[in-house]
Amino acid sequence: MQDSQNPGPRSLESIRADFPALHQEVNGQPLVYLDNAATAQKPRAVLDAISNYYERDNANVHRGVHTLSQRATDAYEGARERIARFLGASSSREIIFTKGTTDAINLVASSFGGSKLGPGDEVLISEMEHHANIVPWQLLCERIGAVLKVVPVSAEGDLIYEEFRLMLTERTKLVSLVHVSNSLGTINPVRQIIADAHSMGIPVMLDGAQAIPHGKVNVSDLDVDFYCFSSHKLFGPTGFGVLYGKASLLEDMPPYQGGGDMIEEVDFEGTTFNEIPHKFEAGTPHMAGAIATAAAIEYVEEVGYDFVAKQELELLAYATNKLKSIDGIRIIGEAKEKASVISFLVGSSHPYDVGTILDKMGIAVRTGHHCTQPLMKRFGVPGTVRASFAFYNTRAEVDRLAEALVRVSGMLS
Amino acid sequence: MSAETNLTSRAKELVTEFEMLDDWMDRYQYVIDLGGELQKIDEGFRTDAYRIHGCQSQVWLQPGSEGTRIQFKADSDAQITKGLIAILLRVVNGAEAKDVANADLAFLEELELKEHLSPTRKNGLDSMIKQIRLYAAAMAAQSQTSK
Repeated sequence: MQDSQNPGPRSLESIRADFPALHQEVNGQPLVYLDNAATAQKPRAVLDAISNYYERDNANVHRGVHTLSQRATDAYEGARERIARFLGASSSREIIFTKGTTDAINLVASSFGGSKLGPGDEVLISEMEHHANIVPWQLLCERIGAVLKVVPVSAEGDLIYEEFRLMLTERTKLVSLVHVSNSLGTINPVRQIIADAHSMGIPVMLDGAQAIPHGKVNVSDLDVDFYCFSSHKLFGPTGFGVLYGKASLLEDMPPYQGGGDMIEEVDFEGTTFNEIPHKFEAGTPHMAGAIATAAAIEYVEEVGYDFVAKQELELLAYATNKLKSIDGIRIIGEAKEKASVISFLVGSSHPYDVGTILDKMGIAVRTGHHCTQPLMKRFGVPGTVRASFAFYNTRAEVDRLAEALVRVSGMLS
Repeated sequence: MSAETNLTSRAKELVTEFEMLDDWMDRYQYVIDLGGELQKIDEGFRTDAYRIHGCQSQVWLQPGSEGTRIQFKADSDAQITKGLIAILLRVVNGAEAKDVANADLAFLEELELKEHLSPTRKNGLDSMIKQIRLYAAAMAAQSQTSK
């Protein structure tokens, strides 16, 4: 699977060699992994970080006086520093470790939403949100009598910006939007969104799960109030995510969950809480997760976001053209700014049929509603087939997808 | 030939047909083709009340009978799913309700289809079988009491 493209300092072939899972056969065919938006494969550096941690440093963090505990704590808190630098946060105190993006949004909905919003107040989301950025707000709104407002999406898959602006009112207490849509690939104009919301004193949270793997994000530069992502989509481990929050906001928020590590002093008469970020991290944390996430970041930065962006944009353009040239394929979502995600339908075929047959040919894609049922309703489809590319994918793999789709199309017509 | 052997022989016939196709693509194509031949369900049965839950694609099953024999119709919005239920109906339609209610429909294992289905499809298939047997049991019970 060698391509003629020259990715710069490192060849695509040598980069692919870093990812053990890519090199296997599925149903007798070399695997073509195009489900990166669901979860990305892991480079050897991440796998090594996990096994090294458990083989050498494993001990519970904080409070331990013994050497292993100190090593584990150093590595764990070192990871927080690394992640803070990666995101451009002004301090590692602003980096809260979570189980993932979903957990991070629930934290903000519960702690910020629960303490700062009241009856009649509004939370503004969009029609292209993942269920993880819909349901926590619905639960909050039900609990406190607040109102969830939804910005519509155009036929191309763009946020209808005029509508967004009109929906920002003095009742809006938080804007929570997806940075990059997981179903459509739309890249939202977050800089403008944040500027417009801030001009009315409204804080902004961004769901960065699909943005972080594709491009450099600097939270200070964006001036975003809350930002979150999941490690597993950034070539890191599952079960680990990050919430960035401005220190001034986090300090003013009540704890999310109670337990060990998040307290300063516990007394049956009353408990005082630890400082941020630990105030939001109850219980023994996912040490290996944090450490391996730092390794993933190290890896991606070594490959370089310039290479990532170049490679992915090329693949997106190449695949879009290829797919469009196949009779009966309809692409859902053609926003002006797009990440390397293509949602499509094959004639009137059900996405599950397409996905099932592609799997038989060794090609992994996602089918279904992609946890964005309201968006699927907006486009009047039960779901789509979604091919999502990472920097380790090749043109040859896109060719395999295109050839397979011609065959699928014949079988299902 | 008893009704029970009738079920078995029809299942065997299907197994033989599948054995003639050695390529997996051809088998899937055959499943899809069988789905295409499925008799349309009547208007009014493509509703939630007749939907089989547990399938990721939508499946509707219309119960019916000719005397004490099963005569079901079904539909799905996905072609492979439709093919799978067509296979089930080809075996059970025309059989005695009481036999279907007690049949284990294990012939599917012999088609080697199950192992090639994703877990979600497998669950869906199990839901289809369960629903067919439930309807069959209800019909068998009804004909018993009306005797």
